[in-house]
Amino acid sequence: MASDISHTTSDKTSEIESSGTIISIDQMHKWFDDFHVLKDINLEVRRGERIVICGPSGSGKSTLIRCINRLEQHQQGNIVVDGTELTHDLKNIEIIRSEVGMVFQQFNLFPHLTVLENVCLAPIWVRKMPKIEAEEAAMQYLERVQIPEQAHKFPGQLSGGQQQRVAIARALCMKPKIMLFDEPTSALDPEMIKEVLDVMIELAESGMTMLVVTHEMGFATRVAHRVIFMDGGEIIEQNTPTDFFENPQHDRTKLFLSQILHH
Amino acid sequence: MTKQYTPGTHPDLPPPTRTRGPIAWMRLNLFSSPLNALLTILSVWLLWLIVPGIMEWIALDSIWTASDRKDCWAQMNEPRDGACWAFIKSSFQLFLFGWYPEDLRWRPMLCFLLFLIAVVGILKDDLPGKRYWLWYAVAFPFIATWLLIGGFGLTPVPTTKFGGILLTLIVGIASLSFSLPIGILLALGRRSKLPALRTVCVLFIEFIRGVPLITLLFVASTMLMYFLPPGSTFDILMRVLIMVTLFASAYIAEVVRGGLQGLSSGQYEAADSLGLNYWRAHQLIILPQALKISIPGIINTFIGAFKDSTLVIIIGMMDILGLGRARLNDPEWLGLAPELYIFVSLFFFICCFSMARYSLSLEKRLATEHKQ
Repeated sequence: MASDISHTTSDKTSEIESSGTIISIDQMHKWFDDFHVLKDINLEVRRGERIVICGPSGSGKSTLIRCINRLEQHQQGNIVVDGTELTHDLKNIEIIRSEVGMVFQQFNLFPHLTVLENVCLAPIWVRKMPKIEAEEAAMQYLERVQIPEQAHKFPGQLSGGQQQRVAIARALCMKPKIMLFDEPTSALDPEMIKEVLDVMIELAESGMTMLVVTHEMGFATRVAHRVIFMDGGEIIEQNTPTDFFENPQHDRTKLFLSQILHH
Repeated sequence: MTKQYTPGTHPDLPPPTRTRGPIAWMRLNLFSSPLNALLTILSVWLLWLIVPGIMEWIALDSIWTASDRKDCWAQMNEPRDGACWAFIKSSFQLFLFGWYPEDLRWRPMLCFLLFLIAVVGILKDDLPGKRYWLWYAVAFPFIATWLLIGGFGLTPVPTTKFGGILLTLIVGIASLSFSLPIGILLALGRRSKLPALRTVCVLFIEFIRGVPLITLLFVASTMLMYFLPPGSTFDILMRVLIMVTLFASAYIAEVVRGGLQGLSSGQYEAADSLGLNYWRAHQLIILPQALKISIPGIINTFIGAFKDSTLVIIIGMMDILGLGRARLNDPEWLGLAPELYIFVSLFFFICCFSMARYSLSLEKRLATEHKQ
């Protein structure tokens, strides 16, 4: 089992070693009022790379990925996403947001729109795609997440797992270059976690650049190139999944792993 | 007694008969306890005492054709035995149009017809060419103004000739329909991140809400001319419309703000994360949901504002209530106040009740969250 994992990991690493940088975060700090929530974050993400971010609650992991599409604003340092720097320039922010898909813990589907309308809304209004074309694309993505039969229902009629898959389809329908996942399975009943993870694994295998905040360590082992551990607003440690789980360096990481793995 | 089923084979059974049907309903709602039974019987007895008398006065013993009050009473067993609807009938044209020239009254009537078409165009979702209906609805206020006031080929009619239901509907419809968009903008402004804009909106809303409508109407009728360049005339009806609109919009703004706050921040974030800009996000995601939450409050404000429009009497405008009161002083119809107030109440009740019913049906139609 262990050798199997290390095999896939080395495979995974070689895929992306040659590709260029798509996200570059340099000496980034962020405060919520007086609270220093992110401290000196330096992170390079390569095209096609899949990163899992874990850490205790309040460690700043969600805030970090929310800075990448400017749902949160950083106060110091630089964030460059696909060659565009995040500044106060609203045009740049809109460009980056249309290139970066995001999936939330609470799904955040639009309850007043049908599933299909949820998925094709942004392509129509942001990408200016003709409605018929957008609906066709939306149906393709709904098929990809395996719920085309729910297209004309409202989100409130779906189970949590189905809603989260719609949310993934909604983000994918913008054809993003990067996908951010903010604890996508934390609000789900146990029996629905797998159906969402399956979709995410399929997406990972298609070569999407992914940053995933999650505590699903099986998922991390299977698809991640790199696992990042955060605590107290800092990146404490980052490594390949195999080394991260089998040979954690930092005491804080060891404690965290012992708490989430043995209960 | 109950049949035993092995797990997994239990069928869906109909509910017990005693929980359904009229008998069960009466038992549950009217006679659920000795006290409730007593109250039910008491209520029926009270209704028995009151309703027949009222019905006799309103319908059975009422007089519909008479030349004046005395003629009316002469037709009854005793004066005031029944309602004298002849009074309302004889003044009906006046109550409808005020002093609008008789040969031009097709214009307000056409206007009302066009208004109904505009309302249908806005409220019906599944009309073909919806976009053109909406354009028509935007154009309607201009067409209506032209039809009512005249000019450009039509005989001009000064607004001082407007009165009665015509005036009430003009004030009500114009102020309500303009107050909604203004109120939405004020609510958005109040939640804006720009401090200057926010301050202006807060001051405006709090000032307007903090001052009685009557005061604003007095300002409209007397003080406004001091602020305008000397010699300029600014139609009194227009001034009143502006004031009533601003007044209603301040209330609407707060109702809509409540709706906006009822949305989770996740909705804003989802819209942002898809690359929708501020206006698109509000148009497509935020406002449809916020307004839906606000429907009961908006309709509540509309109903209040519509009835408040009767305050224009104070500055001498003759709406349906003002005109009716003036008619009460007519020696021919002196002392028929009950008939008048029932008529005026009925008019307002029909208008307000339709708004309330429409709001309910709208809420039902838009309820998508928990639809199963």
